[in-house]
Amino acid sequence: MSDGSEPLLRATHLVKEFAVGGGLLGRGRRFTAVDDVSLEVRTGETLALVGESGSGKSTTARLIARLLDVTAGDIEFAGRPVHALTGKALHAYRGEVQVVFQDPYSSLNPKHTVERIVTAPLVYQKRPIPGGARAFTGALMERVGLNPDHSARFPAQFSGGQAQRIGIARALAVSPKLIIADEAVSALDVSVQAQVINLLRRLQEEEGFSYLFIAHDLAVVRQIATRVAVMNGGRIVETGDRDQVFDSPRDEYTRKLLAAVPRIRPEWDAERRRNEQARKDREREEAGR
Amino acid sequence: MSTTSDTGGPLLRVRGLTVGFPTAAGSVEVVKSLDFELARGGALGIVGESGSGKSMTSLAIMGLLPKGARRTGSIEFDGTELTALRERAMRAVRGDRIAMIFQDPLSSLNPYYTVGTQIAEAYRSHRKGVTRRQARAVAIEAMERVHIHDAARRVDHYPHQFSGGMRQRVMIAMMLSMEPELLIADEPTTALDVTVQAQILDLLAEIRADTGAGLILITHDLAVVSEVTDHIVVMREGELVEQGPVERIFTDPREAYTRMLLDAVPRIDDEIGLLKTTASAEEDR
Repeated sequence: MSDGSEPLLRATHLVKEFAVGGGLLGRGRRFTAVDDVSLEVRTGETLALVGESGSGKSTTARLIARLLDVTAGDIEFAGRPVHALTGKALHAYRGEVQVVFQDPYSSLNPKHTVERIVTAPLVYQKRPIPGGARAFTGALMERVGLNPDHSARFPAQFSGGQAQRIGIARALAVSPKLIIADEAVSALDVSVQAQVINLLRRLQEEEGFSYLFIAHDLAVVRQIATRVAVMNGGRIVETGDRDQVFDSPRDEYTRKLLAAVPRIRPEWDAERRRNEQARKDREREEAGR
Repeated sequence: MSTTSDTGGPLLRVRGLTVGFPTAAGSVEVVKSLDFELARGGALGIVGESGSGKSMTSLAIMGLLPKGARRTGSIEFDGTELTALRERAMRAVRGDRIAMIFQDPLSSLNPYYTVGTQIAEAYRSHRKGVTRRQARAVAIEAMERVHIHDAARRVDHYPHQFSGGMRQRVMIAMMLSMEPELLIADEPTTALDVTVQAQILDLLAEIRADTGAGLILITHDLAVVSEVTDHIVVMREGELVEQGPVERIFTDPREAYTRMLLDAVPRIDDEIGLLKTTASAEEDR
């Protein structure tokens, strides 16, 4: 982590307003979904943006991904402004910043094979496919824990967790510097979710890219975040290192959020670990006899 | 209220429950020979991942299985064998003595009627001779009991005028007005924000304490069942993996699958490390 150096991404005073209602002369009321949000993502770190529904976290992610235009504010990526990019420069930005969405099935074209899906970002950017589409897809599939022999299959032929791995492989295809994960593990069963979280962490260790990790599940966030920004009502109420936010939250809303998380009693977990150890010792003893 | 109550046995006893769907390739069983009991006043959690058969189990108890499903085995509620009841008799049990709430309250509420009308009509359908005026009073009282402020005014609002958490309160109010002996809640808080979830779970606990009703909570969320229930049934692919008192399941799980599930749950206040998964990334292929 490069402390003190330029952040990879810097968003300052972002505002996003939506028209609501309409009104006869098109002068409807305005709803401020993102209200003066500033954040930084450093190289190689994971900034988690957490909040409840309507907090503005997903809208903020979409502004940064340039899937929505800001009403006001600045976004800089690697020191260059991105909120006004168009044409070729915007294409290039999309190569640097990739998004993984919550529902893998709706974000993957059901009529396309894995190979076509995974190579699409390169084709779209008119970039050559290193080593050819087949080999390139196979290598990416291996990196995300999928069988490369299945590159000609369609999304519906994969489980939810596998389909999410395809979404991750597609994001990796262009070697991005920032991956925006928008509730990327929220829809997965707990055992599959654990696998995908582990995969996301391993890939970051290998590649050194950054995550902007959007999530409502604080327990998940705690497993993956370097730093945490808490949003409520369109504003960031608190930003800090993970342990500071979880162990000594400063903002009242953060405290309320943390208190509401259902939890398995730590003393039960401790007892389970002791029982588990005893069971293993017993098995070892019996095996050695 | 019921003539058969206090038989001394459990409130609900399920034996050999099997749910199958006939297909061209033979019957596909989504619940396989399930046995469990719910003590009077007890709270049972049925946990499992998608495809475990936990929701089919609740629909089987309610007699609400989709068309074509075949149910065998025994479901004894307060001494009455539910599988032997004709639809008409089952309707008298369902909603009245056993009530159910689902994940998505919006799809359970009719958008064209006020919530008060819906609570009142549900009540009147089970209580013959009750006037509209009386039923409306019951609806307002039920809404007050689930802490919907200004219930006398809110009773005339439509479902879309309520937030997700408030709609779930409306569903609970509808259920409560019937004074059921058993509540079945299928992922009741899964679609809700965490702060709202906490409120709804508190509300369910309060209702149980007040009414003594039994609760079956169906969920994928192990942390939620650990807080709310006293007995747990773990299911996987239609089969019972193991069951036991909540503390035993969480401190000394006997089955590898239960241990894997517990290892996979990210903790808010325990060690951070690689989440353990028995199926590695490679095995997931």
